[in-house]
Amino acid sequence: MSRTYLPLWITFALVLLMFGAGASQFDGFASLRVVTNLISDNAFLLVTALGMTLVILSGGIDLSVGSVIALSGVAAALLIGPYQWHPLVAFAVILPCAALFGAGMGALIQYYQLQPFIVTLAGMFLARGVATLLSEESVAIEHPFYDAVAEFGLELPDGGWLGATSLLTIALVLLMLVLTHYSRFGSYVYALGGNSQSAQLMGVPVARTTILLYASSSMLAAMAGIIFSFYTYSGYALSAVGVELDAIAAVVIGGTLLTGGSGFIIGTVLGVLLMGLIQTYINFDGSLSSWWSKIVIGGLLFFFIALQKLLSKQWQSKAGGKA
Amino acid sequence: MTNEATILNSTQSDQLKAEQLKAARQARYSPGQSAHQFSLYLYPLLALALLLLVNVLLDPQFFSLQWQDGRLYGPLIDIVNRSAPVALLAIGMSLVIATGGIDLSVGAVMAICGAVCANLLVLGDWSIPAVIGLAVLTGLACGLVNGFMVSYLGIQPIVATLVLMVAGRGVAQLLNQGQIVTFQNPDFAALGSGSFLGLPVPVWLVLLALLIMQLLLKRTALGLFIEAVGCNAKASRYLGIDDRGIKLTVYLLAGGCAALAGIIATADIQGSDANNAGLWLELDAILAVVIGGAALTGGRFSLPRAVIGVLIIQALSTTIVVSGLPAKFNLLIKALVILLVLMLQSELFRNQLKALFSFNKLRGGKA
Amino acid sequence: MSEQSNNSSATPVLQLRQINKNFPGVKALQQAQLSLYAGEVHALLGENGAGKSTLVKVMTGVLQKDGGELLLDSTALNFDTPKDAQQAGISTVYQEVNLLPNLSVAHNLFLGSEPKRFGLIDKKAMANQARQLLSTFGLDINVTAPLSEFSVAVQQLVAIARGVAPKRGAACTKVLVLDEPTASLDADEVQTLFQVLRQLKQQGVAIVFITHFLDQVYQISDRITVMRNGCFVGEYQTAHLNKAELIAAMLGKELCQQRHQAPCVAVEHSEAILIARQLNSGQSVQQLDLDLPAGQAVGLAGLLGSGRTEICRLLFGLDQADGGTLSFAGKPIKLSNPAQAIALGIALCPEDRKTEGVIAPLSIRENISLALQAKQGWWRVISKKKQQQLADFYIEKLQIATPDADKPIGQLSGGNQQKVILARWLAVEPKLLLLDEPTRGIDIGAHAEILQLIRQLCQQGMSLLVTSSELEELTAFSSKVVVMRDRKKVAELSGEDLNPDRIMAAIAGASV
Repeated sequence: MSRTYLPLWITFALVLLMFGAGASQFDGFASLRVVTNLISDNAFLLVTALGMTLVILSGGIDLSVGSVIALSGVAAALLIGPYQWHPLVAFAVILPCAALFGAGMGALIQYYQLQPFIVTLAGMFLARGVATLLSEESVAIEHPFYDAVAEFGLELPDGGWLGATSLLTIALVLLMLVLTHYSRFGSYVYALGGNSQSAQLMGVPVARTTILLYASSSMLAAMAGIIFSFYTYSGYALSAVGVELDAIAAVVIGGTLLTGGSGFIIGTVLGVLLMGLIQTYINFDGSLSSWWSKIVIGGLLFFFIALQKLLSKQWQSKAGGKA
Repeated sequence: MTNEATILNSTQSDQLKAEQLKAARQARYSPGQSAHQFSLYLYPLLALALLLLVNVLLDPQFFSLQWQDGRLYGPLIDIVNRSAPVALLAIGMSLVIATGGIDLSVGAVMAICGAVCANLLVLGDWSIPAVIGLAVLTGLACGLVNGFMVSYLGIQPIVATLVLMVAGRGVAQLLNQGQIVTFQNPDFAALGSGSFLGLPVPVWLVLLALLIMQLLLKRTALGLFIEAVGCNAKASRYLGIDDRGIKLTVYLLAGGCAALAGIIATADIQGSDANNAGLWLELDAILAVVIGGAALTGGRFSLPRAVIGVLIIQALSTTIVVSGLPAKFNLLIKALVILLVLMLQSELFRNQLKALFSFNKLRGGKA
Repeated sequence: MSEQSNNSSATPVLQLRQINKNFPGVKALQQAQLSLYAGEVHALLGENGAGKSTLVKVMTGVLQKDGGELLLDSTALNFDTPKDAQQAGISTVYQEVNLLPNLSVAHNLFLGSEPKRFGLIDKKAMANQARQLLSTFGLDINVTAPLSEFSVAVQQLVAIARGVAPKRGAACTKVLVLDEPTASLDADEVQTLFQVLRQLKQQGVAIVFITHFLDQVYQISDRITVMRNGCFVGEYQTAHLNKAELIAAMLGKELCQQRHQAPCVAVEHSEAILIARQLNSGQSVQQLDLDLPAGQAVGLAGLLGSGRTEICRLLFGLDQADGGTLSFAGKPIKLSNPAQAIALGIALCPEDRKTEGVIAPLSIRENISLALQAKQGWWRVISKKKQQQLADFYIEKLQIATPDADKPIGQLSGGNQQKVILARWLAVEPKLLLLDEPTRGIDIGAHAEILQLIRQLCQQGMSLLVTSSELEELTAFSSKVVVMRDRKKVAELSGEDLNPDRIMAAIAGASV
């Protein structure tokens, strides 16, 4: 098994193990219902994590996504509520704006050579600040479109139900899969994460790629915010606090190298599912407390980071033995 | 350059050389170290003074101090008192950032240490020094974990400390069993809300920590070694400094500072809230260090400047309140301040600014 | 001295004329020149710091020249980015393989010009094209595996393949620059590479070949350009230049002022302070026997990559020996880190001053006192006053040109930086001082002073091991000179034998 795929397989095995453990202990765990709920409950996290995967693959990090989720939720709620816009029109305005926001962060990182960590930290405060400014209270959304979306979905056997947001998430996963692994932009992202200097020498448009990838991360986060608003029927400036950490954790657990250059979209999907399964398991158990999920996720993070370190060291000594 | 050439020219007589060296050395007293030091403090202090000035313009009572029940009250005291936990974090964070690292876990470590304190106090039978001691030990242990991952496993600091940032809050909740653990212990509570010689106890604790740290850094070579490792870890190793040990030490100290901050926060509310204690304070601490003029890439650092950075952040929030702007502007303004400070640290931006100014001058001259 | 090529009938594909390039405080290139003809392998030679890499970077658009002109097919051009140069048909393969280890071999070959189907990257077609391209290089590997899984040799060949692969919207490759392509290859791999080079040559590609393996120069190159200290030394037909002449051109024949001084020996026939027997370290040093007499300066000569820097690293505990014995001052020792070596009284001024020596943002005072402080431990602080005294003493003694000791060391010139680093170690009062290229890249005045200092230290009883590419310099102070070639000690010269010609002969080997 090669170095690149090993973490992916481990995550996959853990997902199966977790599901098996749940299924063997609780009635009704091994049902399509649990699976589809897993998807719909974690849809917004998954969509955020997709963007985060891109950013981390390039060797960067995006701490602003949680705030962008909140901002886009509040903006959507306000445009639909007090301003009486049609939701689709509101979305059509919000998504490009979010992309612009991300592009701005990318430009600062690229042109002023600032660290992604601190720039996106400023972005985090900025987006949360604008969201609070727009409305400190939770803004409710009431629109026939939201009701229609809530009712739309695919009925599956065994109590399964893929709602509109789940379907949208699955579509986005497929889109990102193609974009990351089969487009030139995707290869450029990997190239940046591998070695940005070599990438530059090999003729990769480093600036354009950096800006585009932060733009996509913000846009996906805004999409996640819209998906989130479909659960809550509201927009709230203090929602989705700490989602950036969950997203980063999911990406790492999914086997993506935090230093960039190696990882898979499907790994992130598995990472989100694993984190969701842990939560589901805890919910089913009832006696376990919610904090265990944080501790377990922390432990998993450590395990995967240590594993990555070990694998890269092993590889270095293998390659170094020759020189 | 010419000076150098003449000095190096070995045909010059010794006497001439000595004179030139002397002259060259006298030049030091004009633009030397002290002037440089001064300008490093100038901008943060200027910013702080400006903020305070705005405050006093908005509220003439701003500088007023009242003496009540053996302690001082007033807006200024509030600012200093509220700054205390972040100031402690910023002291530890300064050291970590000086080595080119970062510690995202300090907020979570605060929560863990707070939970340790609260639970020990609820259990009873623990003397206050023992409680404090155990909490600080907990903080040091957390720092040890971070430091070990960064220096001996070679994991990037952001990533290594992220683990504890995520898991730490879970550990704190585990200790508290998901509850907000409250305690009745006026002696311990005094650490957060009491006063000593007219000033709040947290302020004294910060001053004490600052003093001890400064002594530790300046009376030993630790401060110099930290700067050397932060500037050039490889060269430091080449001259015999244990660069890994130094990195481990700074994370250890950051953990200890976070523990103290956790103790103050817990004593202040007489309880431990694992979810919210120290939440996002690591970001404030990082921000304070950056405002204090330290580069995130490591190198020179100054604890007093970082503390000034904390005061600026706190004064800024106070200004927003005093100015009658709703508190909701708080985050937005903070974000703009970070961006401004970041941009000013970027050489390219400074050059662009200079170019802009000189362009304006040029145009002004022509007009 | 230089013998102009008589290839004047054809016009060169690429011509560089009077190229200047300055970095802050350093003139990296002065009036450098190079002419390349289609279908030749042109060796670009010179010691470290000669300006080869800078010239290549100017040629490939990584750096912008400050003066001079660049003619491609007789048209003057300016490359602002590496991409411009690539588009014009100049491809480069750097010393460290500048590819992306995380991407597949095929993707490395075609990044930016991947074959597409329905707007998506056609991985199958890409793999096929990659296999086809590599087969012309005699490489049959799994092109879908990440590049990092292959040996450096394969990576090197892939880099060359990418260099000559047809690219989207670019001219076909006219010039291929290879910067030390053979540094990490074994003999068979080198032959494979040369096969490929000969093939490319036949296709009319002009190849610039930078290396420090002179045997390989004679094997593959048609012509040679030699550089030294950023200047053009000469252009030669390989067939008309023997190895000794070549080495003479590379190392130069400048005379040092100290030339006729006797070697400084404080104690005649002194005891050896350091004895190494059969010392091995990976593949960088092999079976080294070395005796360093106390109170004498020993020179260490050899071309770049011959193992001289590695010996210094080994004796300072930066690399670990994996065989042989080492004893210092009569006791057997084992070194696993520099701190141990320093505690014993061994100090090293490293070759790469910028990344391994100076701590640029710190002041001269701090830079001087750091090593002593590290030796004393962090709890026994050297007071600022003591630091200042130390700094003042050495500024005076070594005549470091600075207004005061608080100036950041990064703002000093190279020679003065080197003096500060010397001062740093003198403050520790080591028994054995290892100097790796102490005079590289510093001006003539400081150069002479450092040589003077070496003699002084010797007379005061310190033992030194000095590495240098400048042979005159070595003979000026050494009691004996150890010559390295291909990681092995090949000669130990002293007394009558100690002169630049003998050293050069030893470096060049018997096959002169």
